[in-house]
Amino acid sequence: MSASAETILKVENLKTYFPTRKGMFRAVDDVSFEVKRGKTLCIVGESGSGKSVTARSVLQIVDAPGRIEGGSIQLTRPDGSITDLAQLNPRGQEIRAVRGNEIAMIFQEPMSSLSPVHRVGDQIAEVLKLHFKLSRKERRQRVIELLQQVEIPDPEKAIDRYTFEFSGGMRQRVMIAMALACNPALLIADEPTTALDVTTQAEILDLIRKLQQQNGMAVMFITHDMGVVAEIADEVLVMFRGKVKETGSVEKIFHDPEDEYTKNLISSVVKLEKKAEVRAEQLDASTEYKPLLEVSDLSMVFDNGHHAVNNVSLTVHSGETLGIVGESGSGKTTIGRCLLRIYDPSSGRIDFKRSDGSVCEVAGANKADLKAVRREIRMIFQDPVGSLNPRKTVGQIIAEPLNLMGVKGRELEEQVCALMEQVGLPPSWRERYPHAFSGGQRQRIGIARAISVKPRLIIADEATSALDVSLRSQMLDLMMQLQDELGLSYLFISHDMSVIRYMCDRVAVMHRGKIVETGETHQVINNPQHAYTQALLSAIPNPDPLDRRLHNRFRFAPEVTA
Amino acid sequence: MTTLMADWASQGGAVEQGTVAALRERYGLDQPIYIQYYKWIAGIVTAGDFGLSFEYGRPVAELIWGRLGYSFLLAVLTLCFAWAVAIPIGILSAVRQYSIGDYVTTFLAFVFLALPNFVLALAVMYVVSTYFGKSVGGLFSPEYADAPWSFGRLWDLITHIWLPVVVIGTGSLAALLRIMRANLLDELRKPYVTTARAKGLSELKLLIRYPVRIALNPLISAIGWILPAAVSAEILVSVVMSLPTTGPLLLRALLSQDMYLAGSLILLVSVLTIIGTLISDILLALADPRIRLQ
Amino acid sequence: MTTHSNIDTAVETVTRGEDLTTAGQWQLFWLRFKKHRLAVISLVVIISLYVVAALAEFIAPFDPNSTNARFTYASPQGFHLFHDGSFAPNVSRLSMTLNKESLRREFTADPDNPVFLGFFVPAKPYMLLGVIPMETKLFGIKDPKIGDSLYLFGADRLGRDILSRVLYGAQISLSIGLVGVVVSLVLGVAIGGISGFFGGWVDVLIQRFIELLRSIPTIPLWMGLATAIPVSWPPLQTYFCITLIVSLLGWTSLAREVRGKFLSLRNEDYVIAARLDGMSEIGIIFHHLVPSFISHIIATLTLAIPTMILSETALSFLGIGLQPPIISWGTLLQEAQNIRAVAQAPWLLFTPAAAIVIAVLSLNFLGDGLRDAADPYGATT
Repeated sequence: MSASAETILKVENLKTYFPTRKGMFRAVDDVSFEVKRGKTLCIVGESGSGKSVTARSVLQIVDAPGRIEGGSIQLTRPDGSITDLAQLNPRGQEIRAVRGNEIAMIFQEPMSSLSPVHRVGDQIAEVLKLHFKLSRKERRQRVIELLQQVEIPDPEKAIDRYTFEFSGGMRQRVMIAMALACNPALLIADEPTTALDVTTQAEILDLIRKLQQQNGMAVMFITHDMGVVAEIADEVLVMFRGKVKETGSVEKIFHDPEDEYTKNLISSVVKLEKKAEVRAEQLDASTEYKPLLEVSDLSMVFDNGHHAVNNVSLTVHSGETLGIVGESGSGKTTIGRCLLRIYDPSSGRIDFKRSDGSVCEVAGANKADLKAVRREIRMIFQDPVGSLNPRKTVGQIIAEPLNLMGVKGRELEEQVCALMEQVGLPPSWRERYPHAFSGGQRQRIGIARAISVKPRLIIADEATSALDVSLRSQMLDLMMQLQDELGLSYLFISHDMSVIRYMCDRVAVMHRGKIVETGETHQVINNPQHAYTQALLSAIPNPDPLDRRLHNRFRFAPEVTA
Repeated sequence: MTTLMADWASQGGAVEQGTVAALRERYGLDQPIYIQYYKWIAGIVTAGDFGLSFEYGRPVAELIWGRLGYSFLLAVLTLCFAWAVAIPIGILSAVRQYSIGDYVTTFLAFVFLALPNFVLALAVMYVVSTYFGKSVGGLFSPEYADAPWSFGRLWDLITHIWLPVVVIGTGSLAALLRIMRANLLDELRKPYVTTARAKGLSELKLLIRYPVRIALNPLISAIGWILPAAVSAEILVSVVMSLPTTGPLLLRALLSQDMYLAGSLILLVSVLTIIGTLISDILLALADPRIRLQ
Repeated sequence: MTTHSNIDTAVETVTRGEDLTTAGQWQLFWLRFKKHRLAVISLVVIISLYVVAALAEFIAPFDPNSTNARFTYASPQGFHLFHDGSFAPNVSRLSMTLNKESLRREFTADPDNPVFLGFFVPAKPYMLLGVIPMETKLFGIKDPKIGDSLYLFGADRLGRDILSRVLYGAQISLSIGLVGVVVSLVLGVAIGGISGFFGGWVDVLIQRFIELLRSIPTIPLWMGLATAIPVSWPPLQTYFCITLIVSLLGWTSLAREVRGKFLSLRNEDYVIAARLDGMSEIGIIFHHLVPSFISHIIATLTLAIPTMILSETALSFLGIGLQPPIISWGTLLQEAQNIRAVAQAPWLLFTPAAAIVIAVLSLNFLGDGLRDAADPYGATT
């Protein structure tokens, strides 16, 4: 690889290590890449791949005790001079003159990455003060300009606000304004959209692209989301456990990957781009509708006056999977919790058809009925860590609901073993504690607990969103397999449209406490009727670099102000 | 406090019979205690009348204001001293975590937390009198004790007051030091530090402007319990070092069952401390926009 | 202080090749605690202190109340393990002279004329721990003769042995902490539990009350309450009253801890899951909530003991807590209240002070270690 005139940053054989008690941890192990003027390099990898440390190494801001052990980071300036950033003293004057000025950086958590006690205007102005000689007034003028550039409404007022007065998307815009203050030649973006909703993500990606074109800036974009990569990258670097697995143009990575790991990564993403194969044939088989759960006019108002769920009606049929999709704050989780009376709904009916044929109204049910219904409707939680008591063995956790039903002794033991086998865990592990299990395994434990009492409906609240993409489809396949074996129905709550498409027969789209659209999944996805659904769908990055659609997306008017 | 009153009233024998008879009339000492208590509180609230000291035969108000002033002067100076020393050492200790200096300060902080202030006071007095042949105690030299305020008297006060301030302050200092260190260590690991570093700020400016600034907030709210602790320590140390503050007066009043004097002192010290705590809450709101605006 | 708080690092830091897949909370707790070397040392020190206090009758060489006018304010005697090259523990003999100028008794040590010490020397019959009849002490003067003395840490105004008095004082001072902590525990868990479990206005009310209590300076309030105890009461009753007074304010930190844990755990997914499983609220409290904060309570309690010890010391020192003839570290310090006495016999101050510092310091270190180990899963809130 010879450095062309267009190369801004050339990293060769970078090694960043963290000394630990057990020896050197090689977070970044012999990584080389180039970033070209005006182009976008995406570094992609799952958690723990070292992609973030690579980004931080460039500016020498790796958290202690990590340090650069070898390699070079050559920054080419517009005048042709070249500096090796790896050789500079990390606390010295020279590297500080580069930071924020020639290379700027934005981070994942815009809330915690900005100071909570300083005004945003002051935080942005600080970069200007550090690198330019400007008067106070000029600085303020420039900050207002920057806030305008990143499309923050009413910049004259926004400049004197604090971070907690902004929404997540707006905070990220503030971060971007700060990064752009000195017109850097290179912007390093470390998962800048991971904490954001998909429509907000689309806007931030748009903004970065626009600014990149305006300023001719190079972008180094760190992400785990292959869809985002496909939408924005020119070049891609795939990392796994500190090492480079593959590097090349975005078209090559997606359509002609050579490395085994990259192939798996792409295929697990692509797999979730269509309906699951097991479900594809059954499409017409499930036409006989027998309502299992009927929710009518359900509302939930919290004590603080927040109207989380507003007059929602929906039906789950026997044997089907109904998806509820929506962004954060849409009220989808609240619905799930109202159905089991974790929250008491403010008004509305929830009619559940019991196994004996009787219909139970859950919203007004007494204690005994509620207890009985809660055995037929079960829940799988989002957080595989928080939903398992770390102080109990896995056997105890799975046994708890059975135990409370009166199953004891040998029979209990046998049932727990059978359940563990059913969800793909060796029964011999039942004496272990949750901390000995990985995220995916913990979620299997959660599923075993849910199915232990032979339920008929399972509410799965973001059951796969805490998992890496390669584990996600495995979990969904398991859930569908159990559905067929046990005749389950699912209410599947998710923010992720690809998961919904893979798994659900029908889908309800939620927005600000209301269901805006319901229908067969393929109909809603291929032919959305409501404007919000259209906006939501078009904001989803498409993991195919040859078919980028994000910048042509449909914008739902009320979202622009969010 | 009512039971306390009851007890003092029942033990009225410790006071001269004649006084009791006169007071009985005025304060209704033969009436039920809650009425006595009500009368006393009502007197304070409506007329600022704290009652009469049995032992001194003078109104309580005359006896206490001067001493209360010195008490709170000491408490406030102690706070300032503890803050002024704890913050820089806490910062150094956190920034150089696991260095020898950090270990030494942490250990010393623990020792000072374990050492009762009055023992420290006695130890200091012992050392000064044995090795320097000077007696320590009081806030003034004898020649200035009753003199009117002058520059000389102020200077005399300054030369005397630093020792009690240091003695009272060590405990609070140690506590503040540990809070500062722990907070700063937490703040140093926050992402906004990385952001500031990525801007190109120098390490020192960065430290002062962001993590230290934010780590100071819990220190402001710490006044809420440091002040009561300082007042408590001040009372103990004053007894040992015979300072003209509330401590010795309160002890004497309690031992001689001088109920209005003791009650007034406890009441005023508590009320003033609670006011101090409220002030610290207001200061915190001023310093932290998150509290101010939400 | 652990910000890298996730399960993997927590478990990783304690694993050293051991199989922790089946390690429960107490096993992890112990593994983490063991890493705090200072805390482990402190644990040993504290256990020894309590053992010594329990066996004070056996270990203390003298009756703490036996006086000896010959040795008023006798200074500590030098202790030697060897005499003339052979192992023979001894102390230097004291000879007293009267300083004409200061009119003080002065003791000079004579190392060449030692008083030999022996182990398991015979003594007046006594009951060890109140039940075991004993007639020997751990150590004492071998074949005592007139003029022999054994004051390792000096003597007081009446020629009483300070070491013996400090050892006996440990019984009261260390137990007042324990008794006080039990009272605090009951109050704290009950009030904190109510506050955290019911929430709403009950919680607001209790929290405001706790804040008020915490912002009142403790010493004057205690002084007021302590003087309300009638002087005529028997020592035991006074002792319990003082304990009660000291713990009256000690429960607030515990109540806060319990409440905080209740509030944060109440909305944990696994607690909701248990509720959905059909577990009763009482069942949830005892199966899920209590096990997950019991270790925090132990840590908070350990940190509360030193506060109790210091409070008792302060009150007794002022003469309004425990009164002689009860021997506690506080009443011992009462003897040192006068700076002139301290100047003549500094050991009156420094011996009990050292005992207090060692006890409080170790308890604080132990409490800190326990607190850091309290959540082996690292989910500190």
